Amino acid sequence: MSNPVVVVGASLAGMHAARTLRLEGHDGPIVVLDGDSNRPYDRPPLSKQILSGEWDPERIVLAAANEDLGLDMRLGVRATGLSLADRIIETLASDGSTSAITFDGLVIASGAAARRLPGSDGVAGVHVVRTLDDSMALRSELEAGPARVVVIGAGFIGSEVASACRKRGLEVTLVEAMPVPLERILGVEMGAVCGRVHIENGVDLRLGTGVDHLETVTASDGSLRVVGVALTDGTTVPAEVVVIGIGVSVNTGWLDGSGLNLENGVVCDNTLLAAPGVTAAGDIARYPSERFGEMLRVEHWEHAIQGGEAAARRLLAEQRGEPGAIFDPVPWFWSDQYDRKIQLAGRPAPTDNFSVVHGSTEEFRFVTLYGRQGRLVGVLGMNRPRHVIQLRGLLETGASFDDACAKAAEL
Amino acid sequence: MRVVVDFDLCESNAVCMGIAPEIFEVRDDDFLYVLDENPSESMRAKLEESVQRCPKQAISIVED
Ligand SMILES: Cc1cc2nc3c(=O)[nH]c(=O)nc-3n(C[C@H](O)[C@H](O)[C@H](O)COP(=O)(O)OP(=O)(O)OC[C@H]3O[C@@H](n4cnc5c(N)ncnc54)[C@H](O)[C@@H]3O)c2cc1C
Ligand code: SF4
Repeated sequence: MSNPVVVVGASLAGMHAARTLRLEGHDGPIVVLDGDSNRPYDRPPLSKQILSGEWDPERIVLAAANEDLGLDMRLGVRATGLSLADRIIETLASDGSTSAITFDGLVIASGAAARRLPGSDGVAGVHVVRTLDDSMALRSELEAGPARVVVIGAGFIGSEVASACRKRGLEVTLVEAMPVPLERILGVEMGAVCGRVHIENGVDLRLGTGVDHLETVTASDGSLRVVGVALTDGTTVPAEVVVIGIGVSVNTGWLDGSGLNLENGVVCDNTLLAAPGVTAAGDIARYPSERFGEMLRVEHWEHAIQGGEAAARRLLAEQRGEPGAIFDPVPWFWSDQYDRKIQLAGRPAPTDNFSVVHGSTEEFRFVTLYGRQGRLVGVLGMNRPRHVIQLRGLLETGASFDDACAKAAEL
Repeated sequence: MRVVVDFDLCESNAVCMGIAPEIFEVRDDDFLYVLDENPSESMRAKLEESVQRCPKQAISIVED
């Protein structure tokens, strides 16, 4: 066993995989590749404290990057191809040099990239928020005090960007194609509550309308700059800065033709194994969840840590000839918007029944439970973190909806 | 071993409480309280998990 274990992606899932490999018994070489040249960093602050200017980039370096783990970190080096049969990864460094690494084990943690609007590439003033460089570029434009920022997409990241802009006192228009924000995740009623939070905080919220095209002007050097957003309802919103928050696409391009099963992610078994010696974790991994009875791909912070750890343990188990543990955690995430903290545990669907079991939606301080066929499937909280964390345990044990409501009444 | 929380960083999201309710408690005032600042060695695994899972990197373990 002299070839390294290679981890592709030095972000949350990848760094936790590398850390776990090292701390739980792999003493051979561990190579960690990332196309991003920045030291490994945490993404949630990119749309929160980094954008609002409260934090500087040094604050978000991942703790694992400061630990003495003896990792062979290759930052600014992208994986470009994989041969499963030969166990070789091809790489391309930012200086143009290429190499091929033969590996004994591989953790795929190359995550996801922000989707852009067609025709928006290279247009000045148009931003996405996925990388540190993205966030710093947007931040410097916000510091210049634009007259209006238009945010396209009222998902969690778009909502946080709107919040960070309002914190800076900027005028914000938030455009959402669905009639209710977050409807597909939280249902109509709870999505509407999240929409009201924006309105209370002075955002011009435009629902049920898509983007027709971006209005641009051409500078003397021929480059384009955005000046407005034309909506499908016929109106045009002037904008000096536009932020696109319409979701992500998985970074599986380098795996094309590798023989791995790629279907909106790297398809794994229920132990995160994608092929012998190859695991996947974090935003890129799709796996069968018995708990929810479907294939899941989860884009949450904690889940990326859990997945990274599980993917590492899966490889260690394989090395030792032991069976792998089943990976099926309860997804959980938070989002910070204005002075509200939204937390969601589980996987509710818009068709689930629900009940506000604590506090009130008028005060934007409440807990809502979601049920399906008598079973508890989701816990949503706004500024009620303790309740969400305590009720999350009931999702783990498969509690009934009625029992969960009774338990919630006691908290 | 001693538990130290940087309360300037802590945002009371109760993640640590979910892992180690014996040590951490977020109360109705929305503040985190450390119930046991010197937990026994048997709590180490849960404590280390809390350190890793704290979204604010606010928890540390100090060896006395
Ligand atoms: C702005 C923002 C805010 C967020 N806020 C929250 C929040 O409040 N709460 C929450 O629960 N979750 C939040 N998330 C989600 C959370 O950050 C992600 O789920 C998590 O980052 C996923 O980690 P990952 O390691 O799987 O993938 P990523 O973080 O996407 O990392 C993948 C890494 O792989 C690298 N890479 C890609 N392709 C290659 C290649 N071919 N070769 C080498 N390297 C490659 C990339 O450069 C990147 O560093 C947020 C995400 C963003 C972007
Ligand atoms: S997990 Fe971290 S931020 Fe959350 S309550 Fe505990 S110490 Fe505070």
